[in-house]
Amino acid sequence: MKQWMLERNRYFDSVFLMRISSELEKLDGIAQAVVAMATPVNVGNLMASGYDLKREGALQPADLIIAIDAASDEAYAAAQETLDRLLAGGTDAGPGNATTGPLASTLAEALTIDPEANLALISVPGLHAAREARLALRHGLHVMLFSDNVSIEDEVALKDEAVERGLLMMGPDCGTAILNGAALGFANVCRRGTIGIVGASGTGIQEISSLIHQWGGGLSQAIGTGGRDLSKAVDGRMTRFGIRALGDDPETEVIVVVSKTPSPSVAEKVLTTLEATDKPGVVHFIGARATRYSEAVDITASLADAARAALDKAGIRTDDAPKHVDASLKTVGPAGNPDPGTGRAIGFFCGGTLCQETWSILHAAGHDVASNVAGLPDVKVHAETQVAGHVMWDLGDDVFTMGKPHPMIEPSLRDDRIAAAGEDPTVRLVLADCVIGYGAHENPSGSLASAARTALAAARSDGRELIIIASVTGTDLDPQDLRRQRAILKEAGVYVEASNAEAARLASELLKGGGA
Amino acid sequence: MSRHTPTAALFNAQLRVINLGLSSFAETLKDGHVPVLDLDWRPPAGGDPELIQRIDALRNETENAWISAIQSANETAIEHMLAAEPHIVGIGIARDVVPGMTDGMVLHAGPPIEWDAMCGPMRGAVMGGLIYENAALTPDEAARLAASGDIAFDPCHHHSAVGPMAGVMTASMPVWIIENVTEGNRAYCTLNEGLGKVLRYGAYGDEVIARLRWMESELAPILSKAIQAHGPIDLRSLIAQALQMGDEGHNRNRAGTSLLIRELAPHLVRLDIPSDAIARTFEFLHSNDHFFLNLTMPAGKCALDAAANIPGSSLVTVMARNGTEFGIRLSGTGNRWFTAPAPIVDGLYLPGFSSEDAAPDIGDSAITETAGYGGFAMAAAPAIVQFVGGTPQLALDTTRRMRTITLAESRAYQIPAMGFRGTPTGIDVLHVAESGIVPAINTGIAHKEPGIGMVGAGLVTPPFSLFADAANALASLLDQSQIHEEVQ
Repeated sequence: MKQWMLERNRYFDSVFLMRISSELEKLDGIAQAVVAMATPVNVGNLMASGYDLKREGALQPADLIIAIDAASDEAYAAAQETLDRLLAGGTDAGPGNATTGPLASTLAEALTIDPEANLALISVPGLHAAREARLALRHGLHVMLFSDNVSIEDEVALKDEAVERGLLMMGPDCGTAILNGAALGFANVCRRGTIGIVGASGTGIQEISSLIHQWGGGLSQAIGTGGRDLSKAVDGRMTRFGIRALGDDPETEVIVVVSKTPSPSVAEKVLTTLEATDKPGVVHFIGARATRYSEAVDITASLADAARAALDKAGIRTDDAPKHVDASLKTVGPAGNPDPGTGRAIGFFCGGTLCQETWSILHAAGHDVASNVAGLPDVKVHAETQVAGHVMWDLGDDVFTMGKPHPMIEPSLRDDRIAAAGEDPTVRLVLADCVIGYGAHENPSGSLASAARTALAAARSDGRELIIIASVTGTDLDPQDLRRQRAILKEAGVYVEASNAEAARLASELLKGGGA
Repeated sequence: MSRHTPTAALFNAQLRVINLGLSSFAETLKDGHVPVLDLDWRPPAGGDPELIQRIDALRNETENAWISAIQSANETAIEHMLAAEPHIVGIGIARDVVPGMTDGMVLHAGPPIEWDAMCGPMRGAVMGGLIYENAALTPDEAARLAASGDIAFDPCHHHSAVGPMAGVMTASMPVWIIENVTEGNRAYCTLNEGLGKVLRYGAYGDEVIARLRWMESELAPILSKAIQAHGPIDLRSLIAQALQMGDEGHNRNRAGTSLLIRELAPHLVRLDIPSDAIARTFEFLHSNDHFFLNLTMPAGKCALDAAANIPGSSLVTVMARNGTEFGIRLSGTGNRWFTAPAPIVDGLYLPGFSSEDAAPDIGDSAITETAGYGGFAMAAAPAIVQFVGGTPQLALDTTRRMRTITLAESRAYQIPAMGFRGTPTGIDVLHVAESGIVPAINTGIAHKEPGIGMVGAGLVTPPFSLFADAANALASLLDQSQIHEEVQ
């Protein structure tokens, strides 16, 4: 049914009306809708479409014609209503009316929108990552490069260029940083303070920064460098630059450096650089023994010890910092009961550094333990191989994560294995980490707790004693809340330790006590 | 001292982040109230690794700027462009004033094309042009003549001219003569016929031919006399005013047309010509909001011609479509055309028409965007924001995005809503090829069949391959000249 009406002397721009016509035609029961000014061309077209416009007398180009071919009176009325609304303009969410914020697809373009931007956070595919990082540096931006699959050559070139320009080049493969109190990538919410961290290890930074926060301290900055920074080839370029930057930073009173086991010559350079800042320093290289490097610089044996030493140098008392979170742990342990019996320990970790630390502590205590991140070649095992004795698995290993999300984001890789460990009569002790904070799973303890329940029930029904020990890396300010995450684990019968290192030490004692 | 290092500056400033890649990282920062701009990141150069390498090889080794050969060529080119002052100096007959124009020649829009490959509206316009020239009496005869090989087809752009839509210009047609008074070069364009069934949309019926003849016999002589009486009209100033009155100089020319009428009105009235004829002139101008388009186009053309043929320059000097192909030219690659199939316009349609009826993109009118207005000045034209999605914000975004791919901002053409910043001017093909951001072009839509006319208007996305091909060609030329220098 073709109907039309006229509104005399009501002018709208033709393009505005074309959009309205197309909106009306989307309505049910509307075969055609033409809302147009009565120009000779439009009048001619409408007459040709079967609308008899002659009956209204002379039409002027300033007159608005509304011509609608509706299937029913209801459809016509609905179209009228929509028309009135659209003609009134305003903020109706028609196509394209949603405001999504300024759109930009390149760095250069983004800088036209926010010329004050000071950091590029890059996580594009590795193939393009180095190029974007280079462009960002040349635009004067500090860079955090989360992407991996960047060549060593590119990494060295990027870091050289960054140092030349006085800019941070955090990465490639840098997952964690805290700048000006803001958590970047996988990081925890910590209060601000006087301790600065430079780290070539993401979970290492997370563990130390979280413990500093838990034990009453705060952070000035935490600078990530990417896991390869202390290799011979990269030569600690960004670690040394980061140390100098914190050395110059008046807010930073103590500098902590953390890395997986570095190349020895690079380690020496890093220590020299740290000493040259004239600020108290704490260094933790995974697997290294505790020593006093100089009057101002201490090397610690664990991540937790690094946090304690930093707090101590910053003048924050840590005497009250509990080693054991769980009071029930008094009933287990070397001098306690129950008898742990015999059997092996198996660990499942989301954080590579946490796994390496656990392996190192067990190894240093004289246990024969294998790992895919072991610091010794003869006990270093390939992921997914069968190991008969004690073994600590870093589930972040590419072999495990092939085609799957990292277990820190989606912990089912860890949880399935823990649940299955309950069925294995050779396993007496299970170790796990639980990393919270930005970037991590929204409730990693929840799924770990249910896996633990399954495992414990399986062991119990088989008449075996199974001990599960875990620690939670994070703070009470994290979205997942440290206290809640610990409570969830305890409720499931998991022994929760104050730090990853305490968990490893407890495991070591239990294994010794049991005569393993 | 430490206060002045970039890290000290960072530690003492509000962290402001540009996020490339995983959006969850941006969300985290937003949760922490850190200002973050989450890029709609795409692989550079359309994901073509060889092209990225070629483009990067043209970069200065320490900055994001191009190598000096390109940089200095572009500085020269853009200065010619920005300094251009187009004036209307008169109206002439094409055969008398357009360089190389002869009887038996038909100029058309876009890159070179022969009859066999022409789309419907282009053929219709050619047929109409031949009838208008009395070279054929009927459309059939005109079509046979056009196919015979006796007609010389040539792009307007090869004759310092531009034409909207089909852009057909024949020897007897009156044309605007626009002079860039800075350098003395001239550009030409026919007079706009109005909307509906018109030659430029491929209509060739009796009314079309009759109107063209009236334009030749009455309109053009009258306007010509009025311009003589007025003296040269500063077109740059008129365009600048029109942009501040809601025009963008391509799809909206209502303000510009009005301004032109105001300029000419007293001189028209004083002409010793019967008032009927003067009234018909006024009526015609008043009825045609796009009359001014045929002036914004040659104004752009003479500015861009002044910037053409500068070796090493990556400035785009021509974007034009013939309804079959989209073509561009660069300053640094001379007269070479880079072409790709013309796309369909994403647009809004006049009553009774739909995208089914649309011909592929056609016309030289993208010269306006090439010159730094049209779609590039979208933010100046709130009345037509429906073309870019419906909100004034999207119009602002459209203009802003063009800043990424342009070399400069106009000194004459300003946008009130952007704090009177100049329009983004001078497309750098390397920036387009690198970013994948293609020029935003506003345009009309012709019916695909000859003889029907305009069916809508909208936004066209030029094919990315044009810019990739042109960037590659420029890189090759620069390689060769370098090798040449080394041999010497």
